[in-house]
Amino acid sequence: MPVVPGRERCSEDLEAATRDAHLTRGLGRAYGDAALPAPGDLRVACSRLADRILAFDSTTGILTAEAGLSLDALYKTFLPRGFFTPVTPGTRYVTLGGMVAADVHGKNHHRDGCFGRHVLSLTMRVGDGRIVTCSPVEHADLFHATVGGMGLTGHLLEVTFRLTQVPSPWIYQETARVANIDQFIESLKSAAADWPMTMGWIDCVSRGKAMGRGVLYRGRWAERDEAPPAFPALHDPIPVPLMMPNVLLGRLTVRAFNELYYWFPWKARAVVHPRSFFYPLDVAGDWHRLYGSRGFIQYQCVLPASGGHQAARRFLDVVTKGGGASFLCVIKDCGPEGNGMLSFPRPGISIALDLAMRGDTQQLVDRMNEQVIAEGGRIYLAKDALTRREHFRAMEPRLDAFLEVRRRWDPGGLIRSAQSVRLFGW
Amino acid sequence: MKVAFLGATKGMGRALARLMVQRGDRLHLLGRDADELARCARDLEARAASPTHVAHSICDLERPETFGPALTAADEALGGFDTVIVTAGIFATQDRLENDRELTRRLLVIDFANTVVFCEYARAHLLTNGGGTLCVFSSVAGERGRKPVVLYGSAKAGLTRYLEGLDHKFRANGLRTICVKPGFVKTSMTEGLSAPPFAGEPEAVARAVLEAIDKGTPVVYVPGIWALVMLVIRQLPRSIMRRVGF
Repeated sequence: MPVVPGRERCSEDLEAATRDAHLTRGLGRAYGDAALPAPGDLRVACSRLADRILAFDSTTGILTAEAGLSLDALYKTFLPRGFFTPVTPGTRYVTLGGMVAADVHGKNHHRDGCFGRHVLSLTMRVGDGRIVTCSPVEHADLFHATVGGMGLTGHLLEVTFRLTQVPSPWIYQETARVANIDQFIESLKSAAADWPMTMGWIDCVSRGKAMGRGVLYRGRWAERDEAPPAFPALHDPIPVPLMMPNVLLGRLTVRAFNELYYWFPWKARAVVHPRSFFYPLDVAGDWHRLYGSRGFIQYQCVLPASGGHQAARRFLDVVTKGGGASFLCVIKDCGPEGNGMLSFPRPGISIALDLAMRGDTQQLVDRMNEQVIAEGGRIYLAKDALTRREHFRAMEPRLDAFLEVRRRWDPGGLIRSAQSVRLFGW
Repeated sequence: MKVAFLGATKGMGRALARLMVQRGDRLHLLGRDADELARCARDLEARAASPTHVAHSICDLERPETFGPALTAADEALGGFDTVIVTAGIFATQDRLENDRELTRRLLVIDFANTVVFCEYARAHLLTNGGGTLCVFSSVAGERGRKPVVLYGSAKAGLTRYLEGLDHKFRANGLRTICVKPGFVKTSMTEGLSAPPFAGEPEAVARAVLEAIDKGTPVVYVPGIWALVMLVIRQLPRSIMRRVGF
């Protein structure tokens, strides 16, 4: 794992903390190096304490808050009142600033797009120190480069977006076992028409006929008459007290886990807690410890729909051959591309993996990236730790346009991260 | 409860104020920066369980002439408050204070002299209103003379003694005084210091303090483990305190 010297400037006064800063981080949970400063950049702001809600209109659902407000706080404050974020990633431990910067997507991407689609305006401190408000019509170039721009266009100070009204705080969920990757892609496609939220877990170890077998989840907010009367209880995460011994992270453990997960008697239909539906991993605090002392990386790519089922099969072939044993492999069909210049999703199939860090992980990532380039797909920067500069350029025809806007708003090149230096050179 | 709150804009005060509006308490914010107060008031209004108006008045611990008018304004806005909370104060490391006489003077005035004067105004208001609760944040730094907090600790020691005396004298008249002694809590005040074991989070501290306010507990250590830590430190002989670094 990369270790970076320096100390965060953490203050309620984000305007002051971001003055001269090279980077602002939120909860610092990005899987890769997106929230880490570039070598030598000691001035790093942290938005965690800037978490005030500045306005909320319960008739329109429009909310303005400081960028450090976490999704966890938003959930606890607004779900009891019947409002929820229009788009949620797979964790509640993310700030609004992080959600904009990564232009996060969720189980409803095929219907509701990324978070950026629901953002009305942003207030930020740009590279020359000015504080600027941007929106799809005001400084639109800055807005579209900031949505999905990994915090590289400026320091996010305030975010205005629209919450969604939900009929109840519970989720109606259906679960089905799916025999292989081809059936999986078909099931996602057919579920997309009727269900606002879909995703699947796939077994990334099995090969041959069973390749890509897994469990498909379909969900929607439960109607008031089918939901329990009580509000789903709020529990704090259960801590993971110990590091998993590295010896338990071998192929056999992963195979056993995948076997159990596949054959577990999942309930076909149930009204479930929104936390277990949206944030299954948040149940365990410090769940990264399950990957032992060497840690893990995440990898997520999207393969264009034009490649058909075979594209996913070819990609899984690279993963399984490369020994990329993953406990959790998540598959999701993406809807149309969003408005962010570097936003990740595009129509096709997205596959996300956790990979325990090993000596050959870099080579595996290189092989996967070469496959993604061959398919015309791309990777998700919020999760990337190891992609090479030339590989990223090959998968991102939009990169130059993004860098041009970034240069326009930060001609001095003040704002950067370890990731931007690794992938773009500055 | 109807609460006049000095210091709700940051750290533990912010967390406590949020907890209070969420359960329906009415707040009036006191502080030195009108813009900050207004933003915090909007945040509290948005988080409140039911629609509520949070007003605010200027009150600066460096300007004692603001104390009386601020508390009168809070009293009028709330229709007579029954609780006053003080979380405001400043902190500086021993190193900085040893090299800056003016900062030392300011810290002693803000954290001790003027906080006591503010509490005297608050006490008078509360007794006039028929009693209530005065909850003030002191610190574990005031428990012993210790190397890293010689100056800050001396101000907090004075404040702790004052609050103790106040509780003894006026509890029978219906005024409950609560002295909160935080150990190390991760807030912007302790930003840049390396956190020791048992460092607390503001939200957990706020829950413990609110419970103490409800029960009228005169002294509360937060996080709770610090009661034990300080129990040990209070017993250490001077010969040992002189040798150790904490």
